[in-house]
Amino acid sequence: MGGQSHTGSAMKIAVCVKQIPDPNTPYALDPETHFVQRPQDQILDDTDRYGVEVGLQLAEATEGTVTLVSMCPAGNLQGIRQALAMGAHKAVIVSDPALQGSDALVTAKVLAAVLRREQPDLVIAGTESTDGYTGVVPQQLAELLGLPSLTFARKVVGGNGKIRIERLTATGYEVVEAPLPALLSVTSGAVEPRYPTFKGIMAAKTKPVEQPAAADLGFGPDSVGRAGSAQEIIGVRAAPERGAGRKVVDEGEAHLEIVRLLEQVKVI
Amino acid sequence: MQTWVFAEEIDGAPTSLTLEMLSKARTFGGDLAAVYLGAGSDAAFATLGAHGATRVFHLASGEGLPAPAATAALATLIADHQPDLLLFGLAFTDRDVAGRLSARLDRPVLANAVDIVPADGAVRVVNEILGGTTLVETAYRGPKPWIAVVRPKSFAAEAGAAATPEVIPVALPDVGHAGAAAVLERHAEVSEGPDLGEAAVVVAAGRGVGGAEKMGPITELAALLGAAVGGTRAVVDAGWLAYSLQVGQTGKTVRPSVYIAAGVSGAMQHVVGMKDSGTIIAVNKDEEAPIFRIADLGIVGDLHKVLPKLVEELRARR
Repeated sequence: MGGQSHTGSAMKIAVCVKQIPDPNTPYALDPETHFVQRPQDQILDDTDRYGVEVGLQLAEATEGTVTLVSMCPAGNLQGIRQALAMGAHKAVIVSDPALQGSDALVTAKVLAAVLRREQPDLVIAGTESTDGYTGVVPQQLAELLGLPSLTFARKVVGGNGKIRIERLTATGYEVVEAPLPALLSVTSGAVEPRYPTFKGIMAAKTKPVEQPAAADLGFGPDSVGRAGSAQEIIGVRAAPERGAGRKVVDEGEAHLEIVRLLEQVKVI
Repeated sequence: MQTWVFAEEIDGAPTSLTLEMLSKARTFGGDLAAVYLGAGSDAAFATLGAHGATRVFHLASGEGLPAPAATAALATLIADHQPDLLLFGLAFTDRDVAGRLSARLDRPVLANAVDIVPADGAVRVVNEILGGTTLVETAYRGPKPWIAVVRPKSFAAEAGAAATPEVIPVALPDVGHAGAAAVLERHAEVSEGPDLGEAAVVVAAGRGVGGAEKMGPITELAALLGAAVGGTRAVVDAGWLAYSLQVGQTGKTVRPSVYIAAGVSGAMQHVVGMKDSGTIIAVNKDEEAPIFRIADLGIVGDLHKVLPKLVEELRARR
């Protein structure tokens, strides 16, 4: 990884993002392949807006740059353009049919290959994606790149070649600091993400989006996708359903329904 | 089968999630060990022993964030002892170590496990997707060890006979720059009332509550019912409640006998953390809110009208 100490010098930031099917439109697994069926229109994973915002703020403070790094089907790049419209400078998106069926570790290896090329001072990721939520890709990336990982950040401060965060713990939080280069995973409360301006949306249309194939990064067909993932879905079934119960429209007395139910289950 | 359970020390003791995983792993038969990260004590090791660990690898954590060094230590232990299965909890440091270990060993992690099924010398992992509506069963391919991250409350913690495990101290190696994250301060966020993870009744606030200053009906109702207060991601992000009170995918998984959701829409990420509650009561203005699909009793109405009346009624009955 690049960037040794850079007191006040331009910070080079890479933000890992993902385009996902809109969670409000239910998606399905292909019954044959068990792959997620993906529409052309994909949105920026909402949890990634926070990482992009953190990256932009740190970059703006040092006149640095933000590069989006992604591995996902490109579709029409709608989600990536959303992040570019917020202000990111360019994107590298590894979109390759060979990658379909890749698990978290293969994803991390592909992202790591891009990041080794980009040599950022700081890598930022969300704590987990909304659609897959394996929640270990940032840690896998940090290990592959030999970086300290500042995980589960709810507050981020940068400066003097260091990053300091408030990291969530089971009982509260801890203040953690690491020298750059480093990796940061941010929770969705870390910052208030900006909305793209009209100018930003227009500018995003012409920002560079590089789309290397897996082979360009040195991955053979057996090392990625389903073949490269050492796990296999062997069954998909519906979970036991929890049916809806009674619905009551409050006309002033609905609280008594709650009282009756609490009595029934002997809470009062 | 040789199973290892990762155990992060919280407040001087193993977490209930650790004990849940040990209790489950005990049913597999074979050899069961805990990898304990923390200061450690005879009492803590005895608890691990009572839940089935015959050996404890004790990783004494230092001043820094321990995951990179703990990962390196674990990798060495794994090479020496060749465990088949490693279980981690869906918790902060657990996830840090599980992810790093996966990359270091080049083995996959199966995350969000709600069941672990040993079968014919292999292991299948069951997890939930699509907000818990669909169960996916996954098998490992390739060499061991198999690594899984387990959701809290998937298994019951049950102590067996008291047993003193063999404790093997393990030093954390120097891992250079990767281990350079230093912990400068530690803060506990104390909440009143019963522990959210263990409470029999939970009153949860969603975005619909409308503001930190409007939490009154939630906290009053919780106090009257002896309940813990929880919240959705939107609520903790907005600062109306401490992060440690978040229920859902990133927060706590709860399974109280009664869960009262006020102003909670029922987003998938929240539902996975509470859908196994005994009785679910929801109050929401939006009659289309997804929470009503899993609520035993759904009140379509303004929580700021319904809850104050409920509080008044409960007070009158005391």
